[in-house]
Amino acid sequence: MPSGSILGNAVPRLEDPDLLTGAARFVADLAPPGLAHAAFVRSTMAHAAIAGIDVGGAEQAPGVIGAFTAEGLGLDPQPFFYIIPPVFGRPPLAAEVVRFVGEPLAVVVAETPAQAADAAELVEVDYEPRPALIDPEAALEPGAPLLFPANGSNLASEYSSKAEPGALGGHDLVVSGRFVNQRVAAAPIEPTAVLVEPGAGGDDGGVTVWCTSQTPFGARDAVAAALGLDPGRVRAIAPAVGGGFGAKAAPYPEFVVTAWLARRLGRPVKWVETRSENLVNMVHGRDYVQYYELGLTRDGDFRWLRARATANVGAYPAVGAFLPSFTMSMASGPYQIPAVDFHASGAVTTTTPLGAFRGAGRPEATAAIERIVDLAAAELDMDPVELRRRNLLSPDQFPYETPTGAVMDCGDYQRALDQALETAGYDDLRAEQRRRRLRGDPKLMGVGVSVYVEVTGGLSQEYGSVEVTADGTVVARAGTSSHGQGHATSFTQLVGEVLGVPPDRVRVVHSDTFEVPRGIGTIASRSLQIAGSAVFKTAHEVLERARRIAAHRLEASVEDIVTADDGSGLTVAGVPARAMSWPELAAASTGGDLPDGMAPGELAAEIDFDQGAATYPFGAHVAVVEVDSETGDARLVRHVAVDDCGRILNPMLVRGQVHGGITQGAAQALYEQVLYDEDGNPRTANFADYCLPGPTEVPAYETAHTETPTPLNPLGAKGIGESGTIGSLPAVQSAVIDALSPLGIRHLDMPYTPEKVWRAITESAPSPA
Amino acid sequence: MSRVHVTCTVNGDETEFLCDGGQTLLNALRDELGLTGAKEGCGTGDCGSCSVIIDGRLTCSCLVLAPEAQGAAVLTVEGLASGDDLHPLQQSFLEGAALQCGVCTPGILMAAAALLDRNPDPTETEVRYGLAGNLCRCTGYDKIVRSVLAAADSQRTTSQRTNTEETA
Repeated sequence: MPSGSILGNAVPRLEDPDLLTGAARFVADLAPPGLAHAAFVRSTMAHAAIAGIDVGGAEQAPGVIGAFTAEGLGLDPQPFFYIIPPVFGRPPLAAEVVRFVGEPLAVVVAETPAQAADAAELVEVDYEPRPALIDPEAALEPGAPLLFPANGSNLASEYSSKAEPGALGGHDLVVSGRFVNQRVAAAPIEPTAVLVEPGAGGDDGGVTVWCTSQTPFGARDAVAAALGLDPGRVRAIAPAVGGGFGAKAAPYPEFVVTAWLARRLGRPVKWVETRSENLVNMVHGRDYVQYYELGLTRDGDFRWLRARATANVGAYPAVGAFLPSFTMSMASGPYQIPAVDFHASGAVTTTTPLGAFRGAGRPEATAAIERIVDLAAAELDMDPVELRRRNLLSPDQFPYETPTGAVMDCGDYQRALDQALETAGYDDLRAEQRRRRLRGDPKLMGVGVSVYVEVTGGLSQEYGSVEVTADGTVVARAGTSSHGQGHATSFTQLVGEVLGVPPDRVRVVHSDTFEVPRGIGTIASRSLQIAGSAVFKTAHEVLERARRIAAHRLEASVEDIVTADDGSGLTVAGVPARAMSWPELAAASTGGDLPDGMAPGELAAEIDFDQGAATYPFGAHVAVVEVDSETGDARLVRHVAVDDCGRILNPMLVRGQVHGGITQGAAQALYEQVLYDEDGNPRTANFADYCLPGPTEVPAYETAHTETPTPLNPLGAKGIGESGTIGSLPAVQSAVIDALSPLGIRHLDMPYTPEKVWRAITESAPSPA
Repeated sequence: MSRVHVTCTVNGDETEFLCDGGQTLLNALRDELGLTGAKEGCGTGDCGSCSVIIDGRLTCSCLVLAPEAQGAAVLTVEGLASGDDLHPLQQSFLEGAALQCGVCTPGILMAAAALLDRNPDPTETEVRYGLAGNLCRCTGYDKIVRSVLAAADSQRTTSQRTNTEETA
């Protein structure tokens, strides 16, 4: 960074004063006059034909304005992700068949939320039960009951990358394993919510949709398509949004239904998910069964990898059915593996649809490759770090195309690993572990190391603009949508860096489809690298236009025009008195006396920045756990993360992403799992049964970074939103297995709950020591 | 159904409101009084996003019926700051970036305030247990814990200074 730059500084977040004082408005906090409240009636059966729905009792209940089923709505089924074949289309309310517990099949609108909830209880549904289907492998067996008979099977998606014939050779030994990457819930503390008002910006026939979304443009398009409106008549706004982690990326059927209700009733209608609804209705993540085989030499050189995966994509294929493609592209991880043979299937089952959850396909890849590498290290009796070192790609191999088709921009994996080991004091940890094992410490210490590479920013284009307004305020617009990341802060830093203006003269606008012309949204760790680059580039364009205008008016050469130290505008270098303020520059830009060849126009620029390809952040994590051999309680006691997200704009924001990411990965390893019984009934539909870690269950974190800038964008930035999760999960998993390894335990599937670990300890053979 | 008349103190102000007998205090604060800082994250007392302080005790307002607030003193996140001056915890959270999406933050601030009221000099472990009733999905708690410790430090420094001045 140039000296004097504000980039790279821990600038406090501009978002925070409102959030800290309770002034920020989330969707659930909005209450326009005349508001009505919706409650959805949800299937209590995992799989059934709907023989009839009687809303008569609900219609007569106090305060009820209306009760509706699919028949009343008359809305066509939609694929809730664009690549999904129409045969899997999902009606916004179930019409003929329900396919998971929690699927909405009727809606009641009333004057108060309590009246709506009470009346929803009075809706009677006549089900004809069909067999539940929970296990994705069983779903693909011949003769399995079919969720979508027209599809002919339960296969929803398939991804394959074949090795050359004969390529799976040259090995001395093969290690293999079956790994379950269990189903988890994103569980943002703010559940899904939507408020729809009839009318949009003076258009009485339009709608304004306030929604908990990472992609307001996607919500707009879904509502517009369902209601048969031009997208320009739907104003989608994501106000303060309380976490998403991928699960608020795709629009929900309730958005569409609530918009229909608002138009039908001619008044604003709001729906706020309860937590029990959230845990069965919001998309889940992961849920893979993986079979991995690694062929390697006695010296520890990897020769080939064979991977088979089945993803449980839930009742209606959505984004989750597409995620095995990420798992495939990242299958070989940070390692040089000459041949990879990969095949993944996505199976529909009678469970909540699978969507994106932090990492989205990459933690599944990383956990599996790191697990098989650990098994290989155990087989060879080699230190797992040493085995990794032998096989990591080296910096001079980039750009590097993996056998499964990922083209990776840059990387220095050894350096990240070295730094993580040094920060953790790896040799000392191993020495302490030996001492504790020798003295028979009942707290079993485990050390786990992971090295990872992941992929971010794959959807490589995003809108950004910068405009100097008449009063000199600089407005930056972006098509991405902040929900905790701090875009107002980071984009303000970018504008300030280029134009020299202080933060209070910058306004960042996002998450409103009437205020931003277009965009994709905040998914795949893409916002800073793509939207940030768009803002950065347009700020430079604005600066260049302003410098030419100033040079012309101040009779100086363009090269001598610089930003004023006080942020007020531009001056002639060394002559602060010869200056133009931003309001003067904005006024001058629109007409009159302009340099030769410059057309009058706003002092503004916009771009759809496209970095052309994905970036590949990487890093190394070290986890230290203690397992209580008497209770099976596994605790993460230290976690060291070295993550490389390229050039760092604001370390404070990066730290937040890393800490939260580590926690979600560690939580999957230790605590979290969505469970169903054999009839497809959810067993984890509240926060007592679904265990999010609290502050006593995770340690303070030790984080550091290497900075390997990507050449693909002007900031040199790669995504950091998901790296923490991708790196932490395998490290914590490995640490627990390492703690149990003296008992002869080589693998356990997550999560490492006390009961599971205690049983494994109890059933294991006594230690040979 | 007849509405219940409740008189109590909210953030230091004498307050009256009408509510349904079955309405939670959380809903009354949000819907009747327009104080939407406290959030409903679960409705079952598991996440702490609705935390308020009632007569000095940290409480999940989703588990309290609004009529139970009769005669009580209720403190919500809206009552922490004095005008434009942030509470030391808010200031410390701002400086330490102890929040991301911010939806759990009002509840965590109230839990932290209740903790520092009864223990002005907590250890890191005591802070973690003091906040054990609150879930945050964004931060991993590290920056929150550090910020509470920093706020405790600054509050103690301030009160020591005040004591010294009074003695002098």
